[in-house]
Amino acid sequence: MKALAARRHHRFAPAVLLLLALLVTGGVYAALAPSPASADTASTADIETGKKLFQANCATCHGANAEGSPGVPSLVGVGAAAVDFQVSSGRMPMQMSGPQAISKPRQMDEEQTAALAAYVSSLGAGPAIPTDAQVDPADGDIANGMALFRTNCAMCHNAVGAGGALSEGKFAPALWETTPRNIYQAMLTGPQSMPVFNDANVTPEEKQDIIAFLVDQREGSAGGNALGGLGPVSEGLWGWAVGMGVLIGAAVWIGAKSS
Amino acid sequence: MSENKNTPAGTSHEVTATERNTDVVHAERFTDPGLHPHKLRLADTDPQAAKRTERIVTLLFVLSVLGTIGTLVAYVAVPPEGPTSSVRLSTLLLGLGLAVSLLGIGIAGIHWAKTLMSDHEMVQERHPMRSSDETRDGAVADLNVGIAESGIGRRGLLKGAFISALALFPLTIAVPLIGSVGGDWNISKFKHTLWKTGMRLAIDPSGRLIKAADVTVGSVFHVIPDVTQEYRESHEWITEKSKAVVLLVRLKPEDITSEQGEGWSYDGIIAFSKICTHVGCPVALYEQQTHHLLCPCHQSTFDVANGAKVVFGPANRPLPQLPITVDDEGYLVAQDDFAEPIGPSYWERLK
Amino acid sequence: MSTTASNQHREAPAKPTTPAGKAADYLDQRTSIGVLVKEFARKVFPDHWSFMLGEIALFSFVVLLISGVFLTMFFEPSMALTHYEGQHPANMHGQLMSVAFASTLEMSFEVRGGLLMRQIHHWSALIFMAAIVTHMMRIFFTGAFRKPRELNWLVGMTMLILGLAAGFSGYSLPDDVLSGNGLRITDGVIKSIPVIGSYTSYLVFGGEFPGAHIVPRLFTIHILIVPGLLLALIALHLFLMVLNKHTQYPGGGRTDDNVVGFPALPVYVAKMTGNFFIIFGVLALMGATMAINNVWNYGPFDPSPVSAGAQPDWYMLFLEGSLRLMPGQGTEWVIAGFTLPLNILVPAMVVPGLLFTFLFVYPFVEAKVRGDEREHHVLDRPRNVPTRTALGVAFLTAFIILALAGSNDLIATHFHLSINSITWVFRVLIFVGPVFAFWVTKRVCLGLQRKDRELVLHGHESGRIVRFANGEYIEVHRPLDEQERWLRVNYHAYEPLRIEPKSDARGVKRKGYGADRRWQRLSRFFFEDRVEPVTPAELAAAHAHGEHDELAPAEHPAIGAGVGAGHGTTQGH
Repeated sequence: MKALAARRHHRFAPAVLLLLALLVTGGVYAALAPSPASADTASTADIETGKKLFQANCATCHGANAEGSPGVPSLVGVGAAAVDFQVSSGRMPMQMSGPQAISKPRQMDEEQTAALAAYVSSLGAGPAIPTDAQVDPADGDIANGMALFRTNCAMCHNAVGAGGALSEGKFAPALWETTPRNIYQAMLTGPQSMPVFNDANVTPEEKQDIIAFLVDQREGSAGGNALGGLGPVSEGLWGWAVGMGVLIGAAVWIGAKSS
Repeated sequence: MSENKNTPAGTSHEVTATERNTDVVHAERFTDPGLHPHKLRLADTDPQAAKRTERIVTLLFVLSVLGTIGTLVAYVAVPPEGPTSSVRLSTLLLGLGLAVSLLGIGIAGIHWAKTLMSDHEMVQERHPMRSSDETRDGAVADLNVGIAESGIGRRGLLKGAFISALALFPLTIAVPLIGSVGGDWNISKFKHTLWKTGMRLAIDPSGRLIKAADVTVGSVFHVIPDVTQEYRESHEWITEKSKAVVLLVRLKPEDITSEQGEGWSYDGIIAFSKICTHVGCPVALYEQQTHHLLCPCHQSTFDVANGAKVVFGPANRPLPQLPITVDDEGYLVAQDDFAEPIGPSYWERLK
Repeated sequence: MSTTASNQHREAPAKPTTPAGKAADYLDQRTSIGVLVKEFARKVFPDHWSFMLGEIALFSFVVLLISGVFLTMFFEPSMALTHYEGQHPANMHGQLMSVAFASTLEMSFEVRGGLLMRQIHHWSALIFMAAIVTHMMRIFFTGAFRKPRELNWLVGMTMLILGLAAGFSGYSLPDDVLSGNGLRITDGVIKSIPVIGSYTSYLVFGGEFPGAHIVPRLFTIHILIVPGLLLALIALHLFLMVLNKHTQYPGGGRTDDNVVGFPALPVYVAKMTGNFFIIFGVLALMGATMAINNVWNYGPFDPSPVSAGAQPDWYMLFLEGSLRLMPGQGTEWVIAGFTLPLNILVPAMVVPGLLFTFLFVYPFVEAKVRGDEREHHVLDRPRNVPTRTALGVAFLTAFIILALAGSNDLIATHFHLSINSITWVFRVLIFVGPVFAFWVTKRVCLGLQRKDRELVLHGHESGRIVRFANGEYIEVHRPLDEQERWLRVNYHAYEPLRIEPKSDARGVKRKGYGADRRWQRLSRFFFEDRVEPVTPAELAAAHAHGEHDELAPAEHPAIGAGVGAGHGTTQGH
């Protein structure tokens, strides 16, 4: 108690309190807020801005009313989560066509993304953007996340999320830097080649477990440098380069005549 | 040109180059110039340098001792507490100590050998591997005497019995071993899995049951048969699961161009064995846009929309389809076991 | 009997006084170890860095034994199922796993230095195989497998295969998903064998895959059978090495009748011991800083999961690549109702079969087409045997292409390529690559030999241009010294075999002519293209007429008189 009393006067105390309050509010909100279809939480002004942004940046491919075109998916009913995933990870707007859209520095800020998401979800109900509490790795069960990840995800994304190849130049990206929110949204919406993992397949709690597992992997390996986490091929390459390199160097030194 | 006796003996002296009509008489081959003259090292001529080298070598040995001490200190002071970073630190410190301890000795020893030990090359003679004719004759004679004394050449019956006994005795070990080493040797098990009529589909690894409505278009479910939690913690289960795992996807019904049996899918929900028909890896990379299923081990690619036919890679046969339907409560169930053995091909597969 | 008796009656030798002397006396009276010491203490070994590649293999094997003993203290080879109670690693807590896997986790996270030893062990295994391969390359390219060392080559080859077995069995022990899928692939390959495949699978796994027996069985193979055989063969390998005496590189004073180098004691003992500590030290550094096979990333074996980048350790990658390259369509044959999966048999049995057969028989084939039966102790410079060198490079090219094909998914992600295109490229390259490599290498070797001739005949270019009074410019060439020249002329360019005619003088057809003819054809393939070493006559001729054309006949020794085979020779260019 004494310690607690002492800490109450700490200069960071107000900040910590504020943070706690925010978290609690967020948590309560997350618990109470209706999760599907976020259209009703967005203001009409947002939708208007979003529409303008859409016309300027997206309509060339996706069509004036987001109805899609040959080779380009319709966005009616994809939901705010899909928009937020694609735009905040920089995949959309797409720079050039290729086997798949590539993640790059985002081109629209948080506000613009929200407006776009509001517009697209006003076209048809779809998965909503998860709340911060839903994607908080601290609340996930790492061990269960591991069990789920290796059954559902590791075949494409590699055992620790280092990424892997798909057919015809497509690939499953590495997940080292993907934000928890984007991980959640990717599972929920199944962008591009990735299948959908809806809440019946992988429940929201399980999704959070997977996030916890992936974030835990970012601590690196207990054994030292993880060598990219790519498995035996990279181990073999490093073994030859470093091990055989140094040992043959040593052999040359041993065999050389001293001056 | 030092004339030593190191002429390349045994080499054939035939010169194969075009014959030359030379006025000057030359040897057909060059002669061996003999060993390089020995060069003195710095430490051989300069006592100062030798002294310096000695100090370096000593220092390296001392460094090794320090490395050993460092390892012991790290062992006591930095125990691995469990978390990744702690185990990493402990591993790093113990390993660095060990490495310094070893490399100190190694580098010191070699530096010593190279700079302070004699570097005069020595020449020793080789002798042909072949033993002399005398030795050979002696050996043959000894062998013949031995064989003659055993009398094996004369006593035919004894010889036969001797050889039979030697040839047969390994059976006393081999028969019991082979009898049991392969379990029950019942290879017909390859043809059956846990799936049977009415067996419900469950999610791997949680074991939750799946309703048709849960499987939305573009979804992929990793599926196991619905068995008890207790059974799922047994060895038998791991072996059965190796054959029974299934991948369940839902396509728009109009996207399905063919399947392996009439009515084997349910409203666009379609299930295939997850075990590759190539060498048995779990085929699990489902690309929802192309409906292609890719094996991460050898890249066999199957088209789910077209009866899981092979579109690329080393597999030859489609993945067997699991016929499914829904039961009264709306849960997905198997209509029956697979119609053919799952997994890689084997000799008796079609028998 | 009588000799020992008389020994005792001889004059008593002087009694040793020092403790070491007493111990030596004690030992020698019982073992005559003095003979052995006399034989070996000052035995000469040639010195060259490439002779230490075998030492890397030997000493990483010693490190494997040391770290392996450490690991066996904590590893439990049991497939009994258990829930992991440990808190770390966090992703494994409470998971169902085999005792083998759980004990691997415990030794990594709870035993101090346990993870270090595991990593040292695994790195040593990779380096062991890498050193064996590099050592073999040295042996192959320098022709060290020639008589009398063909048998030792076979011993080495057997050890290579045992090394693969050791690696594979050890890799599978922790019972994790990655190695489990490796076992599953092995099972698929075993099942594909005609007639006995299914039963062999049962034999290996004690029933259906994976069963409950494979880990203990692999454990026995890994820690008893394979290392036991390896130790015995290493002893044989070294015994033969000592018996045959080590080969030496060509150079002045080095012949097939002598061995030039440094004495075992002290130089070799010091260098070998030092090398052992350096190798162990480097492996310790690798184990300390570079993570390897962190099995908790893959989790305990479960037949359902698989991870991207599912590959074996590097020395098995060629098999993986071979499996990946084989097209599957139409390659599974059904004959009388029995299935013959060529899409597995060809890449997993035929391809490695060809590769290993090549290595096993090569020394014997080469001896036959060379047609000589003498002992060879001076090594070849690779350029001087162009066809062998080219075959070796072609072999390595095939091996590397297969290994790259086994890594095609990582190549795809790292270079943003299509995995399908890469596979197709490799499907073509596996046929074209080795042939191309053969051709290029052979040309390079012949070119280098010609360059050697050029150097011997005309000397080094000095870069110094001199103008004669008559206005002619020449570059001054500095002739090679004796040692330089000897290195370039001291080899034998073999010719294709000559065989007896088809029929003898009376027109009777000779038996065995067909076989001889085939060997001759093979011999032509080896030795048709060759560059002969410079003879003293050619050198004198080249010096004599002072022209740049080395092939000019030597009929004009008078031209440029006064310029002998000595120093300061000049040639016009």
